[in-house]
Amino acid sequence: MDVIGIQLVNGLSYGLLLFMITSGLSLIFGIMGVLNLAHASLYMVGAYLALAITHYTIQNFLLALIVAPLLVGLISVLLEVFLLRPTYHLGHLSQVLLTFGLAYVIHDIVRWMWGADVQWLPLPDWLGGAVELFGQTFPLYRLVVMGIGFGVAAAMWILQEKTRWGAIVRAGLSNKEMVGGLGINIKLVFTVVFAVGGFLAGFGGVAAGPILGLFPGMEFEILILSLVILVVGGLGSILGTLIASLIIGVVDTFGKVLFPQLSLFIIFGLMAVVLIVKPTGLLGKQVHGNG
Amino acid sequence: MDKGIRWFPYFVLLAALCLIPLLFSSYVLGIASEILIFSIFALSLNVLVGYTGLVSLGHAAFFGVGAYASSLIALHFSDHLMITLAGGFIIAVIVSAVIGFFCTRVSGFYFLMLTLAFSQMIYGLVYRWGSLTGGDNGLSGIPKPRLLPSFRIDSGVSVYFLILIVFGVVLLGLNIVLRSPFGQILSGIRENEVRMKAMGYNTTLYKIYSFLIAGGLGGVAGSMYSYFNGFVSPKDVYWTLSGEVLIMVLVGGVATLIGPVLGAAFIVILKTVVGSYTDLWMLILGIVFILFVIFIPKGIAGIGSLRKKRAAGASVPLNAEN
Repeated sequence: MDVIGIQLVNGLSYGLLLFMITSGLSLIFGIMGVLNLAHASLYMVGAYLALAITHYTIQNFLLALIVAPLLVGLISVLLEVFLLRPTYHLGHLSQVLLTFGLAYVIHDIVRWMWGADVQWLPLPDWLGGAVELFGQTFPLYRLVVMGIGFGVAAAMWILQEKTRWGAIVRAGLSNKEMVGGLGINIKLVFTVVFAVGGFLAGFGGVAAGPILGLFPGMEFEILILSLVILVVGGLGSILGTLIASLIIGVVDTFGKVLFPQLSLFIIFGLMAVVLIVKPTGLLGKQVHGNG
Repeated sequence: MDKGIRWFPYFVLLAALCLIPLLFSSYVLGIASEILIFSIFALSLNVLVGYTGLVSLGHAAFFGVGAYASSLIALHFSDHLMITLAGGFIIAVIVSAVIGFFCTRVSGFYFLMLTLAFSQMIYGLVYRWGSLTGGDNGLSGIPKPRLLPSFRIDSGVSVYFLILIVFGVVLLGLNIVLRSPFGQILSGIRENEVRMKAMGYNTTLYKIYSFLIAGGLGGVAGSMYSYFNGFVSPKDVYWTLSGEVLIMVLVGGVATLIGPVLGAAFIVILKTVVGSYTDLWMLILGIVFILFVIFIPKGIAGIGSLRKKRAAGASVPLNAEN
């Protein structure tokens, strides 16, 4: 029983980390039609920037949790403006390949700057403890990550459903030409969405740093799971992405504990079933750009 | 084009390749062997990417399956060339039938994602099923293939010629298949799948055929690699290899026969040269790839104006999403 409770918390917190990364990926995919294969690389960059901040400046995890994602957001803006924007005319698939090359480049830059060994983001003492709930001890930080994750999900939902900005984004998901036609600066929308996606990915990276560790290659484990979530959850739906993230997080965590040799099969089996039964994902709707 | 002229460049190429062991050191021979193996691998992927318009990012799965299948057969059952080669091919075809069944139901990005996901699944299997595959350590001490009870293909030169023969068969075979009506149907699917469907073709079935050819030949490339190396590791199934071979195809030129060969040669030589100065070859490869996508989308084969006509279709898969 104890094991189930703890693994459930582990799985849910992992799922919420995946949500932070995938919601950005999904937004960018939905609006810009760019399947950004370098998205998880931004997650890794966020984690390593946080490592640099806590190592070389003030040892403050919370500061790193804010500053590193902002820096990643800035990097995203630069990437969008200088690399993606000049190449929109090349077509969607070219941009996928472009971001794929970018993932290679970022992978090696990180390995070059920080080495290939596994490193951990240090947690402050007050976050590193354990709490007792329902007669069981849980690692406090996992619970905090869950809280943050749900907070991000709520903020995303409010932003998308209740604000004018969200209305533009939702409109862009179904018809970006129309949004442009209405006099909205779609280029600016692209840049902002890309920056927000990068920020979220970086944020997820910092939050994951103390749990999952930092190493070149960490990004691709996450990228694969993000792609699965994208397919399972369906495009353009925050709720769908959230549900899929939680399912994948929990299934992956339990799978690794119970059937370590089969855990990847369970995940991809799940994805295959969803794709066959409902190709648009659990809550997704048919949107442009999915070929 | 006249038939003789059409075949002529291939014979010149094969004749030139036959001379390499006579003219160069064993170091160069090793690089040439590797180029030929990756040429087979890239040619197999090009059936999907270039001719059918399906961009796969999981092709290493078949390379790895072929390499592991051949090695396991050689280690536990028989090291006869025909048995290990056929085993690698058949098992790769079976695996590609399963993966292809799912992947050909979707297109565009979803195809890319699914192929990536499935290949990582195979990687996970290879990595975790340590009792069979040796896990992280891989399989070593794989016996060199035996052709007759007394004739083992064990020298660098004989392995090279084995690879060269397979390469020649694959190149000529693909030349025939892709120019046949069957190949034209694949190209038709690349250009406009809806229209092909309306004409009465079962496009999903043809996409599966294309997947089987690509997967089976990818497996053959993997088998060759295990003969060449005598060693397989999970690295040979990992997504970076899928990426590398996709880069070879795109850098060389899609929808051409010579493109993947040029791409494989370019990337293997680049890796060897860059690798002798720095271990940051992924960085270099990534930058080269980005530059190619932006500035030379038709690849090396598309640069020469002589090849203009044949490469005209080359940009199509890249822009098919528009």
